[in-house]
Amino acid sequence: MAPDEKKAPYTVQIGPVHPALKEPVMFTFEMDGEQVKTVDFAPGQTHRGIEWMGMRRNPVQIVHLTDRICGICGVVHTLSFSLAVEQIAEIQVPERADYIRSILHEFERIQSHLLWAGVAAHELGFDSLLHLTWRVREQAMDVIENLTGNRVNYGIVQVGGVRRDIAPEQHPIIETCLSTYEGLLEKLLNLFLEDRTIAMRCRDCGILTRKDAIELCTVGPTARASGVNVDLRQDYPYAAYGDLDVRAILPEQYIGETHGDVYDRIVVRLLEVGQSCQIIRQCLSEIPAGPITAEEKLAKLLAICKKAQGEAIGRVEAPRGECLHYVRMDGKDSPTAWKVKASSYSNLMSWIPMLKGEQIADIPIIVASIDPCLSCTDRVAVVQDGIRTILTKEHLHRLSVEKTRRLQR
Amino acid sequence: MRLLPLFPELVRQLFREPATNRFPAKYLPPTVTGFLRDVAAGRAQLTPPVPTPPEFRGKISYARDSCIGCGLCTKICPSHAIELLPTKKIRIWVGQCIFCSQCTSICPKSSLSMSAEFLLADEDRYSENLIVE
Repeated sequence: MAPDEKKAPYTVQIGPVHPALKEPVMFTFEMDGEQVKTVDFAPGQTHRGIEWMGMRRNPVQIVHLTDRICGICGVVHTLSFSLAVEQIAEIQVPERADYIRSILHEFERIQSHLLWAGVAAHELGFDSLLHLTWRVREQAMDVIENLTGNRVNYGIVQVGGVRRDIAPEQHPIIETCLSTYEGLLEKLLNLFLEDRTIAMRCRDCGILTRKDAIELCTVGPTARASGVNVDLRQDYPYAAYGDLDVRAILPEQYIGETHGDVYDRIVVRLLEVGQSCQIIRQCLSEIPAGPITAEEKLAKLLAICKKAQGEAIGRVEAPRGECLHYVRMDGKDSPTAWKVKASSYSNLMSWIPMLKGEQIADIPIIVASIDPCLSCTDRVAVVQDGIRTILTKEHLHRLSVEKTRRLQR
Repeated sequence: MRLLPLFPELVRQLFREPATNRFPAKYLPPTVTGFLRDVAAGRAQLTPPVPTPPEFRGKISYARDSCIGCGLCTKICPSHAIELLPTKKIRIWVGQCIFCSQCTSICPKSSLSMSAEFLLADEDRYSENLIVE
């Protein structure tokens, strides 16, 4: 065998399934030494049949089903579905309900971004920062629990409004949480962005150019970190966002330039925590009095939904980007069609330009940089010269930690 | 750029109480079921769980006498956990319940309510504790 042939690119596979991952995907990397040459991935490894279940239930039941599409984005999916059904059935949502929806939506964004920041720190081998971020995240979870009754699967949004009001005695609880986060944000920005190790690992790593971001239709913080000015809350305001002052957060506002790398994604997400605090504060001061739902009697609501005919799309800016629900109702109990497009679906393709030319040790942080769940690196099979070895997630993680150590020297 | 901005925070953390509530015991007992038996017999002490929030949605409770058997709750239950019996009363399979509290909102006689009970783990999903009727 010629010596050249021995150097032929070998294949690394990551995936396809891990129970903690929303969308299990299968990665195939063509490697040359430590460097990624080409990337391919196959999503669609899981199908839970949630849409099928939905087409056998009425909208009031589906709302609670949508809560369970994602453990993090409970409000996002319920809100998106409710917006679609409200358009079809021509239900006018009371203003107070819109404000309560926005408040919960922003609390969800805070906890989701903090969760992601912790995961990102963990993937860099910086576990003490993971524990710190997740400890402070608990405060947002506690407020959500106080407002809705649950930490996850809130069950607060219903077609036509919300199911629980925010009582005046709950305002101080929210206020305390917000002031803690506003004080903490400076510290978090300092810990994440001023740390030399994080800058070394994330700066100019996993770059997504502005052109690629637009061509691949990326959404949410991934697109914004590449300098694309998109945010549904400013572009197509829903709920109470039309009355609120929301501007898309771009990395150049903080550091004056856009690289489109992992570091910029950290910047965007952390700054959005602060922005969410401001939005909640504005909501609390402007929240009008009035009813919290268009139709209090659920039996009547069922009858209204049963009569509804037509199709509509509900769009919501989830913590990870735009989330979309398409619903079609034909005057029956259950919708004729229901399609969910979660935000990660649009962002997955950006992995390909991001991962090209990067090292194996950078795969965890780059994959995690668009999506908070990175459990797809569960099992990696490296086939080299016909010998098959298995790289576990722990092994990959160790490689990542070792790279951090190397850089520190 | 600094090398270890987290270091002072880590040192402070050494003198803080842990953020986690150590439920059900400070250290993991050799067997949890054995520990719970000891608690029941009064030989061991349970670390109290974190208090539930206001209007927490726990195990469902059912006032059988005031129920009129209208069956509205069965129509609205997202997980089909409620069964309308031929006797015009209902049976709730708690193992299937998703604790959304939708049935308690629609009940015209307020026969259904959510209690604060949340320790519902069981080896058998059809055990007596998990069927309300």
